[in-house]
Amino acid sequence: MDFLILNPLNFPILSTLIFLPLAGALVIFLLKNETVAKVWTLLISLVTMVLSWPLYFYFDASTYKYQFGEHLSWIPFFKINYTLGVDGISLLLVLLSTLLTPICILSSWKYISKRVREFLFCLMIMETACVGVFSALDFVLFYIFWEAMLVPMYLLIAVWGGPEKVYASIKFFIYTMAGSVFLLVAMIALFLKTGTFSIPEMMSQPYSFQFQFWIFLAFAIAFAIKVPMAPFHTWLPAAHVEAPTAGSVILASILLKMGTYGFLRFCLPITPEASIYFAPLMLIISVISISYGGYVALGQTDMKRLIAYSSVAHMGFVTLGTFVFNKNGIEGAILQMINHGITTGALFLCVGIIYERTHSRLITVNSGIGKIMPLYVGLFGFFSLSSMAFPGTNSFVGELLVLIGTFTGHKVFGFLTIPGVVLAAAYMLRLLQKIAWGEREEGESHHFFDLNVREFVYLVPLALLVLWIGFAPAPFLDVMHATVDHLIQQVQAGGQAVAWLR
Amino acid sequence: MGLADLKLFLPELYLLFLALLFFAQSLWQSPVRVNHLLALWLSAAGVAISVLSLPFSGELFYRAYRVDLFSQAFKVLIQLGLFLVIFIGRELKSIDDRLHPEYFMFMVLSSLGLTLMVSSVELLTIFIAMELSSYSLYILVPLRKQNFGNQMEAAIKYIIFGAAATGVMLFGMSYLFGLTQSTYITVIIQKLPLILTQPLAVVGLLLVLCGFFFKLAVIPFHFWTPDVYQGAANETTTFIATLPKLAGLALLLRLVSLGGPDNLDLVQILVLLAAVSMTFGNLVALVQRDLKRLLAYSSIAHAGYILLGVLTLNATGYAAAFFHITAYLLMNLACFMVLCSISRQGEDISLGDLSGLYKRSPLLAFTLAVGAFALAGIPPTAGFTGKLFLFTAALNQGHLALVIIAAVNTAISIFFYLNIVRSAYGQDPDGRPDIPLSLSDQLLNVGLILAIILLGTLPAWFFDLARTACKSLIS
Repeated sequence: MDFLILNPLNFPILSTLIFLPLAGALVIFLLKNETVAKVWTLLISLVTMVLSWPLYFYFDASTYKYQFGEHLSWIPFFKINYTLGVDGISLLLVLLSTLLTPICILSSWKYISKRVREFLFCLMIMETACVGVFSALDFVLFYIFWEAMLVPMYLLIAVWGGPEKVYASIKFFIYTMAGSVFLLVAMIALFLKTGTFSIPEMMSQPYSFQFQFWIFLAFAIAFAIKVPMAPFHTWLPAAHVEAPTAGSVILASILLKMGTYGFLRFCLPITPEASIYFAPLMLIISVISISYGGYVALGQTDMKRLIAYSSVAHMGFVTLGTFVFNKNGIEGAILQMINHGITTGALFLCVGIIYERTHSRLITVNSGIGKIMPLYVGLFGFFSLSSMAFPGTNSFVGELLVLIGTFTGHKVFGFLTIPGVVLAAAYMLRLLQKIAWGEREEGESHHFFDLNVREFVYLVPLALLVLWIGFAPAPFLDVMHATVDHLIQQVQAGGQAVAWLR
Repeated sequence: MGLADLKLFLPELYLLFLALLFFAQSLWQSPVRVNHLLALWLSAAGVAISVLSLPFSGELFYRAYRVDLFSQAFKVLIQLGLFLVIFIGRELKSIDDRLHPEYFMFMVLSSLGLTLMVSSVELLTIFIAMELSSYSLYILVPLRKQNFGNQMEAAIKYIIFGAAATGVMLFGMSYLFGLTQSTYITVIIQKLPLILTQPLAVVGLLLVLCGFFFKLAVIPFHFWTPDVYQGAANETTTFIATLPKLAGLALLLRLVSLGGPDNLDLVQILVLLAAVSMTFGNLVALVQRDLKRLLAYSSIAHAGYILLGVLTLNATGYAAAFFHITAYLLMNLACFMVLCSISRQGEDISLGDLSGLYKRSPLLAFTLAVGAFALAGIPPTAGFTGKLFLFTAALNQGHLALVIIAAVNTAISIFFYLNIVRSAYGQDPDGRPDIPLSLSDQLLNVGLILAIILLGTLPAWFFDLARTACKSLIS
């Protein structure tokens, strides 16, 4: 157990973060008044958020080991344990999850009018599963959280979704499930090879190349669907368009990260040789995702669909940075995961705000709204700039690191990525231009309110984070250095074995 | 058999007493409600008795009948299942009031047969026990009010397929006897592995297994399943869908062990049956609209999953199968609980009838969702944990292709299980009435939900029990 530093705090912080929302969720059904239920859920999620901050303050950035560890025996015969811990990769993702949940609750305050308690219940279960996925160090535990989140996400789309919700929700579930059954088989195969379900103990084992080859493929299918990488992305636009705002935010900001997190946590350290072997393929797919996502986003008429395709492009940068195997690339990828969570989450919130007023997500219907809602368009424009990686915003730092990493080792891929970067500016500016200054038909639009206090309150923290990471990314990058160095060592140790492949 | 041995036979004697009691009740115009309460409370007492007799072990009837942890654990499950089946369907809505005592009598007799089956270690005893349970079921299937469904067709199909499977099994038994000159499983298990190179031995063993494939609804003995599930009364289907499968698996495990630890021919055939069963069951279930029919095909698929554990021919795999069938009992009962509650007069339920269940009865909708997700194998339910154990056990024996087929099947099956949940949560009631639940029904719902989730999240103690029980099979 030398990979795990046991929790130094005087309470089991990770277990609390996982099970407090669950416990809060169970109480919801005892509350008869829906407003009380909303306040209660908001309170629980805020407490969870504040409780998660010690993770950052007490995090020891000088070690790659997993921290705040908890370890209990769970199913002894199969050597399944309840092991939790966070390192430089997962720390920020846990914090992102706990930050976004209260924002999602606030954003749904008015929008969700039917079956409010069930909605809040689903959101809370989602938070449990999200934090669980990022802090689980036992593969079975990871898999349980990974799968368990499908159910609340499915319900969020299927019950509170738009007109095509049945199609979108079932497609989402089956697609993801189809990917994760291969993860299950790979997990069992690894267990039989190593005799443990502990993820850190599975790393850096001398697996044969052939074994790694198949394990990597099984992993990659599961994670590539979740990211999603082209050509496995088709569930994403459908799910995003139909999901309610909070569902879209969680889907974009947290669920997609699980795929890229999976690549970093499983593929690279457990199957390093296969990762190096498949890296060219993954880089090609990443570049295709960037260009294709951007190109398709250019032609969208639905705001949510546009942002959904932009997600495909942005997540392409994350996988690109992951598979160049150098420090800048991987740190850029991790930072870009956080950035995408903040920026795209905020953009979906913006679309939700406008949808509550005009009941349409079409760009044409909403064009020129900037003349009526200046404050809103100010923030929307700000997040759009962030989405196209404008200097001074968070995405600029992330994409810059990824591009530096790419140009270091793979110049060709670096050049191939450039059109994608330009496309991002094109589709976001097109959207922004239409929304802010487009032609507006005179009509009932004059009684649209600008942002109210609640909407302002949940957008501002995200805007501040955009600026903070944009101008001073060091506090975010510092926590990952040790972990990323160790990860690169693990990959290189495996890489020497496949020198003959090159 | 001395008086001391009587306690070994206590659960069986108790069921016999129950059957006789209901026989007496059937002789006069007994009040309907009294019968319901009798059935409910006395079957609850049966659970207690079987739990008390869990630690007993010994042999009875010239060593043809073995009482050990394996058999006693299955008896607890059968008694528990019987209690829950009676609890769920205690009003017997779809059965003529006059026939209620008889109905309970045959249900108890069938359970008695199943209880005898799991302890039998001699071929003829197995056969007689199995017939006792089957004949009672043949009578139960057509007992349904005239205006619903095709219960007669279902009954005829069940009898014909059942009789054919039994015949095949008997024929196989004659081979085993011819080869080993014994009907005792303890003797056969020593002699048979030595001569298993002969095709005759493999064929004989397989033919015997057919009888239990029929009970478990493994392809190609599945033809009765959809029609009987749909044709029989909801209460009867609840029984058929759960209890005979328990005993079927117990005997399958006992008899497969006869082949020894590494019998390639047998394993290959079991692999084939498992793969075909789960694929066929899941694919056909995709297009079903009737809930009972859908569950029938799902049961065929699950029989395939359970074979994954059987074909490992080791204690871990057997324990995984044991675990999964227990999970299956609970999750199936959860689904049937909802089905019986929705069906006001005992009519069949289609997916459309589930519409708006979340509004008509939030608790039932949640029970159904938990049951369906458990059947689909979504964590943290017992269905997932069972599948994890099964997959691990099978992959440990090198059945990679089969495990991949099973995994792909899991992905396929999610569609129709989701369809159930979608009907309950995603559609509006359209004027369908609310479903009031009595307090006891609510408790049962909560109990089933908790049991499914707790068995899924804290499986260690039960798996260890199952493994200890199954170790005795391999000697």
